[in-house]
Order: sequence, then C-alpha cells, then structure tokens
Amino acid sequence: MCLAIPVKIVSIDGDEAETEIAGVRRRVSIAFTPEARVGDYVLLHTGYAIGVIDEAEAEETLKLLEEIASLSEVH
Amino acid sequence: MKFIDEYQDSKLAKGLARKVAQRSTKTIRLMEFCGGHTHAILRYGIRQLVPKTVEMKSGPGCPVCVTATADLDKAIALTHLPDVIITTFGDMIRVPGSYSSLQRSKAEGADVRIVYSTIDAVEIAKANPRKSVIFIGIGFETTAPTIAASILKAQQEKIENFYVLSLNKLTPPVMKALLDSDKVKLDGIICPGHVSVIIGSHPYEFIPRDYGVACVISGFEPLDILLGIDKLVEQIEKCEPKVEIAYRRGVKPEGNTKARQLMEEVFEIGEANWRGIGIVPESGLKIRRKYEQFDADKAFSVTLKPPREPKGCRCGDVIRGAATPLECQLFKKVCTPESPVGPCMVSSEGACAAYYQYGTTENSPDL
Ligand code: SF4
Repeated sequence: MCLAIPVKIVSIDGDEAETEIAGVRRRVSIAFTPEARVGDYVLLHTGYAIGVIDEAEAEETLKLLEEIASLSEVH
Repeated sequence: MKFIDEYQDSKLAKGLARKVAQRSTKTIRLMEFCGGHTHAILRYGIRQLVPKTVEMKSGPGCPVCVTATADLDKAIALTHLPDVIITTFGDMIRVPGSYSSLQRSKAEGADVRIVYSTIDAVEIAKANPRKSVIFIGIGFETTAPTIAASILKAQQEKIENFYVLSLNKLTPPVMKALLDSDKVKLDGIICPGHVSVIIGSHPYEFIPRDYGVACVISGFEPLDILLGIDKLVEQIEKCEPKVEIAYRRGVKPEGNTKARQLMEEVFEIGEANWRGIGIVPESGLKIRRKYEQFDADKAFSVTLKPPREPKGCRCGDVIRGAATPLECQLFKKVCTPESPVGPCMVSSEGACAAYYQYGTTENSPDL
C-alpha cells in the first residue's frame, strides 16, 4: 500500500504536474513537493508526489554498489 | 525505467550478497517491517541470496492486514446507511469482516467504489451532492498526508458531504510495541522506505538507543534491500546499532516537512486497534475537532455485533512475526488469493499472499 514509483515531471500547473513513466502520462498533485521542477523525478503515491528523487544520491548509491560488486568478486 | 532497472541488476546483487556472506559471522534475526519489502524479498528470492546466518522475519507493515476486524465491521456497516457512497482503496474491498465484506455489500446493492487516490473520492463527493461520500482512510504515514489533503480540499471547496473514517496508523509506535513484547527477538529492522520519505530517519532513533536494535531504511528494489541487509549486518557485527538510510535517493533525515505539516494540521495522535497486536497507544491518527464535520466517526453511528476473527486464521501471529504463513493450517488448502480467509492473503503485500505467489524455496526467479 505504501507503493510509490518514480515518475518524471513534464510540466507544472500550480500544485499539479503532468508526469510521465514508460510512455504513460498522469496528472499528479505536487502539494507536498512544491520544490519539484520540470525534469525532476518524483515518487508517486496514490496520485501525490511524496518526495523528489535526489539524482546525485542515486548515482552515489549505484557507484557504491558497483564498487562492492567488484571488490567481492571471486578470483 | 529510470531509478528502477538499475537497482535490479543481477551481477551487482550477487556481488552484494557475497559481501554480506563475507561479513556475517553472528547468527542474527532481521525483520522487514513493510509489506512492500516482504513482497519484494519473496519475489526476488532474497532469503535464498543471504547467508544462513541471517534469518528474515516479516512484520506488520501492511495497512490492510493490520486493520482490526472491529474497524472493518464498522466500514462494512457504513455501507448499509441510506444515501451513502463508500470509497476505498482496492485492497480493502475483499477483506472478510466478521459477518460480511465491502465486496459483499456491493454485490447486495450498496454503492461501494474503488478509488486510486483520495482526490478521486473528493471528486465523487462533488459530483454527488445529495449523497454522503465516506472514504475508508487506511494507511501509514505514507498515505496519511494524502488523506489530510482530501479533508483540507473539502474544507476549502466547501464540500459538505465528504467524510473520512480515519483508521490511519503510525509505524514507530507499533515497532515499539513489537520490541516490548517478548515474542519476537530482533537484532535489526529494515525500516519502511516510503513511510520514511515522509517521517525521515529521526523517529526511529529510540530503537538503537533503547533496544540496541540496528535500523536501516531501505528502498524496494532488490539491490536496495540487499544494501539495507548489508548495512544491518555491518552494524550488528560491530555492535554499533544506529539508524542509517540506505535509500538516500528518496529519504532525507528530516523527511517531508510539508506533508507532515498538513498531516499535523488535520490529525491528532490517538490510540489505534491493530489486528493481532491490539490497542497500541499513540499509534493512530484521529481527525482534530477543528475538522470534525468531516469525521465519519462523529457524523454517523452504526450498531455493531461483537467482532469475530476468521476461524483458524493466524494473520494476527503472522503480522507480529510470531508465525510464518506456512504454520497456518489453512494456508494454500482452504485459504488462497481467490478465496482468502484472512487479510494477509488478500493484500498483495500480506505475507500469506506473498508466500502463496512466490513460494519460499524457489531460487531467485528474477535475479
Ligand atoms: S493463510 Fe489465510 S487463514 Fe492462514 S493466516 Fe494467512 S490469511 Fe489467515
């Protein structure tokens, strides 16, 4: 029930935004994420953006995961 | 899809699983609080990927599953009132109450509608001014702000026929209740990712401080969960329990202040009745007096017969992590997703439904 998926904001109109994921467009409320900008990814939960995804942190985590995978490689 | 596919990479997952195995020497027990995590853990065979030293338990993090039978009976009773439209999230509709279900009411002619969002429920109220539109408000902190927003919207737009039955629940207080009971001893908790988007990491701090239990907030893709397990194992091996965020792209330590403000504007904290756990103080959200005109509990009264639990169903134990679905005699035999006996088989996040769908012995199907 706490499912939330990352969707990309394509346009903003007041506290609503048009978002897109895998070609599907959806209008969502950005009342909880007034800082969201066009091009941002937000976590969409039951029609509301509950948070803006931090892309720098996302890359950081992936880098960390790649490091771990290569370090624990069995030679 | 961006921010999803990258976190499902099987090579990285295997690397991470190897690291967990290298690190782990102590036998430990972890609980994933959230039903979304339970679903993903079974779906991706994560229990088979982690070393034998790491035991994983499912927790109570499925709002549908923890709704008490008495509360469900109240929701069902509301459907019988004249001129009402009941609106609810989809999962609730099939959960058996003591004597009926929302679905049965609907089949018998009651106006029960599934909505995707509270926004839709308010729209239904606008479009049906002669009817009372009641939203069955279930959910944790992830969902509560959206329910608060619907009440604020109804107030702003002077929609006087919109009501909420607030059954919203809070996660840190029920974690405390679980830790206080001696039934389940835990070394670490995988904290819910999307609840934490709202509340941040601070509300869990009492857990390592008072109970010495490690806490890591994790996302929902397989790599997110493995990263969470890795950090938990590290904390436990070093005997340094704390609260860490392994879902940094989504969760900030301070959470979402705006969403919390709206939630606090509309709700005050009260007790809540949890299936399998009972009344937990300060674990529920009640509508403040200021907004009582929208409170279904105040606006409507229904008479209820004493609640009855489904016979033989062990959902209560499953929710507390005191039993696995496999220990329920009805599992797969009498109780299936097509004909569920208890809520843990209805919701796709319920442990019973996840065990049914993905089994427990198959090797990582998708990784
Ligand atoms: S398998 Fe069915 S009857 Fe058994 S605990 Fe789960 S939901 Fe209840």
